[in-house]
This record gives sequence, C-alpha cells and structure tokens, in this order.
Amino acid sequence: MIYRVVRYVDTRTGQAPVLKKLLRYVFPDHWSFLLGEIALYCFVILVGTGIYLTFFFDPSTQQTIYHGAYEPLRGREMSEAYRSVLDISYRYKAGLLIRQTHHWAADIFLVAITLHVLRVFFTGAFRKPRELTYYVGVLMLALAMLEGFAGYSLGDDLLSGMGLAIAYSVLMSLPFLGANLALLIWHGPFPGTTEFFSRLYIAHVLLVPIAIAVLLSIHLVTIVFTHHTQFRGPRAREENVVGTPLWPGYLFRSLGLGLSVAAVLFLLGGLVQINPVWEWGPFEPSQSTNGAQPDWYLGWLIGALRLMPGWEPHIGHYTLIPNAFWGGAFFPTVVFGFLFVWPTLERRITGDHGYHHLLDRPRDAPWRTAVGVGFFTWVGMIFFAGSSDRVFVQTNIDYESQIHVYQALVFVLPFVAAFVAKRVCEQLLRSEAHPLRGPGGGRVRRTPGGGFEAVGEPRGQSSGRTLSE
Amino acid sequence: MRRLALVVLLLALPATASAQSSGRQLFLEGCASCHGFDARGIAEIGPDLHGAGASAADFYLRTGRMPLDVATGEQPLRSEPAYDESDIRALVHYVGSLGGPSVPDVHPERGDLPEGQQAFTTYCAGCHQIMGEGGVVTGAVPPPLKDATPTQIAEAVRIGPYLMPAFDEHEIDRRTLDSIALYVQRVVKHPPDRGGWGLGHVGPIPEGMVAWLLAGGALLVVARLIGERMER
Amino acid sequence: MREAPRLLPRWRASRWAELAVLWALLLAAAAAAAFIPVYALGADTQWLGLLLGVAFALLALGSIVTGKALVPQEQREEERRSLDHDRDDLDIAVYVQEADKGITRGRLLKSAAGVAGLTVVGALLVPLASCGPFLDVEQLRRMAWRRGRRLVDDAGRPLRADEIAVGAMVPAFAEGVDRKRLDASLIVVRLHEGDLRLPQQREGWAPHGVLAFSKICTHAGCAVSMFRYPLFSPKVPKPALVCPCHYSTFDPARGGKVIFGPAGRPLPQLPVAVDERGELRAAGRMSGPVGPSWWGVQEG
Repeated sequence: MIYRVVRYVDTRTGQAPVLKKLLRYVFPDHWSFLLGEIALYCFVILVGTGIYLTFFFDPSTQQTIYHGAYEPLRGREMSEAYRSVLDISYRYKAGLLIRQTHHWAADIFLVAITLHVLRVFFTGAFRKPRELTYYVGVLMLALAMLEGFAGYSLGDDLLSGMGLAIAYSVLMSLPFLGANLALLIWHGPFPGTTEFFSRLYIAHVLLVPIAIAVLLSIHLVTIVFTHHTQFRGPRAREENVVGTPLWPGYLFRSLGLGLSVAAVLFLLGGLVQINPVWEWGPFEPSQSTNGAQPDWYLGWLIGALRLMPGWEPHIGHYTLIPNAFWGGAFFPTVVFGFLFVWPTLERRITGDHGYHHLLDRPRDAPWRTAVGVGFFTWVGMIFFAGSSDRVFVQTNIDYESQIHVYQALVFVLPFVAAFVAKRVCEQLLRSEAHPLRGPGGGRVRRTPGGGFEAVGEPRGQSSGRTLSE
Repeated sequence: MRRLALVVLLLALPATASAQSSGRQLFLEGCASCHGFDARGIAEIGPDLHGAGASAADFYLRTGRMPLDVATGEQPLRSEPAYDESDIRALVHYVGSLGGPSVPDVHPERGDLPEGQQAFTTYCAGCHQIMGEGGVVTGAVPPPLKDATPTQIAEAVRIGPYLMPAFDEHEIDRRTLDSIALYVQRVVKHPPDRGGWGLGHVGPIPEGMVAWLLAGGALLVVARLIGERMER
Repeated sequence: MREAPRLLPRWRASRWAELAVLWALLLAAAAAAAFIPVYALGADTQWLGLLLGVAFALLALGSIVTGKALVPQEQREEERRSLDHDRDDLDIAVYVQEADKGITRGRLLKSAAGVAGLTVVGALLVPLASCGPFLDVEQLRRMAWRRGRRLVDDAGRPLRADEIAVGAMVPAFAEGVDRKRLDASLIVVRLHEGDLRLPQQREGWAPHGVLAFSKICTHAGCAVSMFRYPLFSPKVPKPALVCPCHYSTFDPARGGKVIFGPAGRPLPQLPVAVDERGELRAAGRMSGPVGPSWWGVQEG
C-alpha cells in the first residue's frame, strides 16, 4: 500500500532518493537538543489558536457601550477591541480556552527559546559552520518578544495600555528622530487613533508571523545543510553523526514532544488563568494601576527602566538622551549586540577558525562559560530588579533600598559570578566529575608489564584551540 | 411610662459613664505611652487624638493596626486586634468623646457595581492595585483589601491612614463610596476567575513563574524522557 | 514489485508497551469525544482545557512509548559531507564576474544601477509618510490649558477650591477637552500653605496650597495616580506624587521636583487661580512640556 503511494509520488516528482535519504536522516538525540523543537511546536500552536482568535477580534478603537455578561463593566464605554476580547472571554464557549492557550503558548515559546539560546551558547554550537543558523535564531528571539508584546497590547486593557504608553515613550526617547517616528507609527500623539491598532494588528497577525516563519525555515534548512551538532562520545567524532534515524524512532519521539507541548498548553489554557483583561478594565491614558508588569520576557526591560537613575543629559536647548532611552533602547541594543557579535568575538580571541561539529560541555570552554555566566547574571539581575515592588509587598523589604542595592551590585555580581564559573569549570575539568553527582571514577586496564593505565581519550580537548587559557 | 424612661436613663448613665471611664482606663494602659495621658499626642511619637473621632479609633483598633507593632516598621499593618469586642467599643466611645467623625454609615447594597469599578480604578487602583491585591508607594505598602469590611473601607477612605490621602464627601460622595465598597465586596473578595487558578490577580509575575516552573519543568521532564543522555 | 532488503534491525516490541499505547489511544479518543458534548453544554473553560489537555497528553504518551519501546530501536552512524567546495566556489565567482568582461563603462553602469535601485525603493517607501504627522513634532507642545480654562473632576463637575481638603488627591481634567489627550489630565493635591517651597517664579501658582500637576509622568507616560500624604508628619516620608510604573517620585511642595526614581524632568505644574465663584481655573500655561521627554524638550 505504502509502496503504491510512494511510487505515485516518485513517478510524478522524482523525489524518491530524497525521501529515502530523509527517512534515514540521523538525529543526535541528546535531550537538550529538543528545546528548539519545543519552541517550534509552541509556534505552531500560536498560529493555530491565533487564527481562531482573528475570527472574533476587532482591532478598532471605535467607542462602544458594553452590554455583555461581565457585570462590573456593564454600561461602560470602551473600544471595540476591548469589547471583542471580553466577548471572546465571556460570550463564546471555547473563546477563553483558545485565548488563554494562545497567551500561554507565547510565554512558553519564549521560555523554550531562552533555554535553547543558553544551550547553544554554552555548548559553542554557534561556531563555524553554524553562524548563519545562530544569527537567524537571535533575530527570531527579538521578533518573538516584539510579537508577544504586540499581541497582548491589542486588547486595549488598562495593563497593556500602560505598556504601550511606555513603548511610545521609549520610541520618543530616541535622539533626533524619536518623536518623528512615534508620531508616524501612532498616527499622532499618544494614545493615537484607530489606525494605530490596525497597524499593530496587521503586524501581529501577518507581518511578524510571516517573518518568523521565513526565518524559521532558513534556520531549519541551514541545520539540515550543516547537520546537527553532537556531544563527543565513544562513536561520535567530528567527521560523523551518531543518533536515531528519523523513521521510525525520531519521528514518534518528536511527535510525542509536540503532543506534550499541546497537552501542557491546553491544560494551562483551561486551568490556569492568564491576563484576565476583564479584571483590569479598559485603558484610559489618565488611569493606571499599581503592580503593572509586562509579560515575563520583557521583565529585563522594566528592570532596566526602574534601575536607571534620573539622568537626562541636555545639549544646548535640546534633550540629548531622555531617560527612558537607557533602559528601553540602549540596554536591549547592548544585549542583542552582544549576542550577535559573540561568535565573531570568540573567533577573534581564540584564533580558532576551524569547523566544530562536536559540542563543548560548558566546562570544556572555561572562558566562554565565564563570560556567558557573567553576562547572563547581569541581565538576570536587572530582570529580577523589575519585580522588587512585589518583593516589597511580600517580604516588607523596602523598595528604595532594593533598588539601591541592585544599582550597587549590578556591575559587581556579574564579575563575581564569572570568576566563580571559571573556577568551577577548571575544577570539573581536573576531576572529571559530574557537576551534580560527583566523581564517577575512571577506567583502568592492566598492562602487560603488570601495572595499570587509564583507558579512553582524556576529555576537555576538542579539535582546535579552546577558550581555556 | 415616663417613670420607666427615667429609670432606664438613670441605669444607662452609669453604664455610659463606666464605658467612658473603662475606655479611658484602657486608653491609659495601652495607648497613652504614645498618644499622651491627655490624648493630645507626644511630639515625634504619636498624634493628638482630639478630632480623630470614633471612626478612626474603630478603624485602627478593629484592623489591629493599633497598638502599633514597631517590630514591623513604621507603617501600621493589619493584624489580629489586640482588644476584644467590648474593649474596642469602650475605647471607641472614649476617643469619640474627644470629638471628630463617628463611624461612617455605608451600604454596599445601594451601590452600583460598574460605577464602583470605575471609581475604584480612578481613586484606589494606583496604590491598592486594580484587584485590591495591594501595592507599593515609595515608603509604604498600600495593603490588600481582601479582609476589609465595608465599614473599614469607608473609614479608611475618609481618614486617609498613614500615607493614604483622605477623600471627603465632596470628592467621593456617599453613593460613590457605597459603590466602591460594593466593588470590594463583590469583585475583590470574589475575583471573577473565569480562566481558572487566579494566581493572585497581579498579572505577569506569577504567570511567568508558572511558565518557567510548571510548564518549563514539565516539558524538560518530557524532553529528558524522550531524549538520550550523553554517551559515556 | 521487487523484494526489498531488510533495512531495520530485528526487534520485538514488549507486550505491555503495545497494550499501553492501545489504552493511551483509546482513552485519548474518549477524552476528545467527551469534549464535544461538554462544549455544547457550555461548561467551564476548566473542563474544556482539562479534556483537551488530557487527550493530547495521552496521545503524547502513546507516541513516546511507540518511539521508545514499540518500533525498532536503532542508532545509526553517518559520515558528514564536506562543506568545503573551494573549486566550485571559485568557478561560480569567476563565472559571475565574467559577465561584464565585454563592458567598458562597467563601474559607471553599476553606480547608476545602485542609484536607480535606491531611488526607486525610496519612492516606494514614500507613501508610508502618510502614516502619521511625523514632520509636525511641534504639536507635542500643544496645550489643552490656557488662562481661564476650568478644571473639572472625574464626573465633569467644576472643581471648587473650598472643596479640596489638605491631604486630598483629586484627579482632574480640562473642561471641554478630550480626556484621552495626555495634556488634558491633571492630578490636583492640597498642602498646607506654610509647607510650600515653590520656585520663585511660581509665586501665586498655588492659592490656599492647591497644587495642580500634569498627571502624565515625564519618564515613560504612565498616569501618576499615587499621592502619599502623611497623617502624622514626623514619622513618615513627606508628601509626594508617585508613579506606579517605575516609581518616579515627585515633590509637590517644590513644584514637582524629582526626588527618587528614573524621571529626568520635574512633573509639569499648572498655575491655578480661584475665580469669583470659587471654582478653579488655569492661570496660565504649564511649567514645562507634558508627557515623556523627547529631543525637542527644553526644560524650564
């Protein structure tokens, strides 16, 4: 039966050899290689649930009076956009399920990407020949963050409206052209007009998803061209790939992962509330609520905005750097700049221009690990600073004191963390212990002369120079 | 009939007098160290209570904010009341006798819920958070409102305790106050969590924790089950 | 049909794995089937999510057990193809470059092509200019407030000076102006006149201690909706207007000066006066531009 189908397709396309190769394609299958796949499946569910939502959402700021099921807002004036989200949540049977699944998928999409980026960084997977894959990936990370922000801002609720005001202010803070750009995008001063929502909507449902889909395709194609990396093992070398073939083993595992992602997302979508916009109420520029936060993956930006002291240098009659620029524009540029530049920087520093198909364990590249730990500690501290107000509420540790402590430590702790990380790497290399379980012993062999010798290639020496001086 | 009234009055007088005197007694024992024996306040320590009224005494005593627990810092925080019902009544009576507003009359059932939502957003949400989960102002923690009775809401609105501004009847009239109390009764205390577990109604921080710990954790476990480990 | 050689290793699946997958699939079907009447009956989102989630979880279980215990387990080894084709790369480069070997004004033509390309693409982008009034940044200085404009409260009633108590926080708006405009909203507070420390040029801006400030934070545009006012002064921080977004803290007694937080500019103050009816009216223009700072903001 299958033979007949394949024969039909092959006689019309000639692709049987390709299919044969594809089915036998080898996937190194360490569990940490599945993180990118988790992100992929989140994206698929985002598109699916997102399409459903477009059947009900109305991206218009036309004012209307609410007469729906949610009592505390009856008779209230609001935009059609907000009203349509209320209807999705309260009027349509599975509306809230799909809406919440969509939002959870976005949050977890970024969790998976973040874990995936960390894995790629600390194993050196971005090295030649995979720089293109890496750049595309970093670009997708940026787009995913923007896409998520756009998505939850479409609802025109109090929380997301405050976020849009901040985004507007960050755009305004760009030197020289900031205000011009802001007026262009918002169709006038904040809060803008209904055209702004039309633009946000089309960016969110068409432009950015297409961009991500195209980049994702390039990302996957380059992975196929270069073949996946792998960890060193008894059979795994630079010149080969060892793993599970696509058919049947890998396909069912991968499918299983995708179905697990769907399971987790639908369970959360039904059981755990996310972004209950009816509780926030509609957005008014003259109103605000305490405890307003962006979605988790923008927490690093609110931290930066809160930590910056009130510097606003002037030049002549002009404001050179409005304060929001530092946390909202400069900081993310530095972070993404580092991510983009790192492969080139590492190549320059180590002088290593060779191919690397074998991955480093973090300990195998103590310098890279140290720099990475330091850098991500810096970003992480700023991220946690962003929730110090809720920490104050829970623990009574004064907010202003927390901010001052973060300001003092934010450039000190990363160096300490980097130092510690380097030491740990070197120690682990010496002892060859498992980082959590301790030494596992070595293998020895009796020599003809009666003594003992160690067996197996000493680890920590991948081909070419490493960042270990 | 008049004789009966006279007897009742004669019996009640000592009772009020004794309530006042027992209130004063309690005051001297428990409050005078900060508010002064004459309740005129002690500089830098505690305010003058003349003019504070029964309303203030009722609020602070019933929410356990007074006596002040200095261990928790400057801000009076809600806790278990230090006095039982009759003592509170006595103290309230005594402080009320020093002049000031009486315990306010509030009727949430006469309020309008949508009006309450709007007023709460305008006047209260900036500090107490839109779902009354509490918040932060530099220097203090505007508390969550889950445990506040309608009377306590009304008292706080009119008094402006600690760092809270005071809203008089010109700004928030009785009808609006009823509506705000209704909003707290209906929405803050019974959050409309149609979407499931409410996570504290403060938005993205607990949501992010769920995404990382619950979902991230679960999916990492699945990935570990599916994938292989490093070959040794 | 030809006989194909066996490609996968010999393998026997365990019986319990087969049963496990079977049960997983059947239960998944049951959960998914149950979803339909539950949906139709209008059940809570929680039931819908639970049924659908469980159905997927069971399918996932079935798929994973299939992949790890039902189908033949095989580890394959494959040689990587070389990614280096130096000879071909060179041939391609030469082939492409050969195309202009017969052209004499090559460089000139290429420059002209570049200019043409850029200008045409530029022309295509020009209609984007209609997206917004990007040349008219001066409108950001536009003020809803001018001398005589009345202040109204949230309900639209004129604000009376004698109805604002010391320690009160009153959100207010410009009468007759669209409330969504950033420059329309105010936060009005009252301090004891003796506590005022306004800059010299703002004498008379706060009759009876009534101070009016723009409600829009100069840091990132959120509404400054918090006012801390101590009931008992000596023990607590002094009066301040605080923004809930990043906690920029402004001192109303000193004309909106920043005393904590990231704001780089004081909160603009509106001079107010009490008219003959006792109502509050603007007595002039704001002390500075309203809203978040931008390039053209000249601070005063």
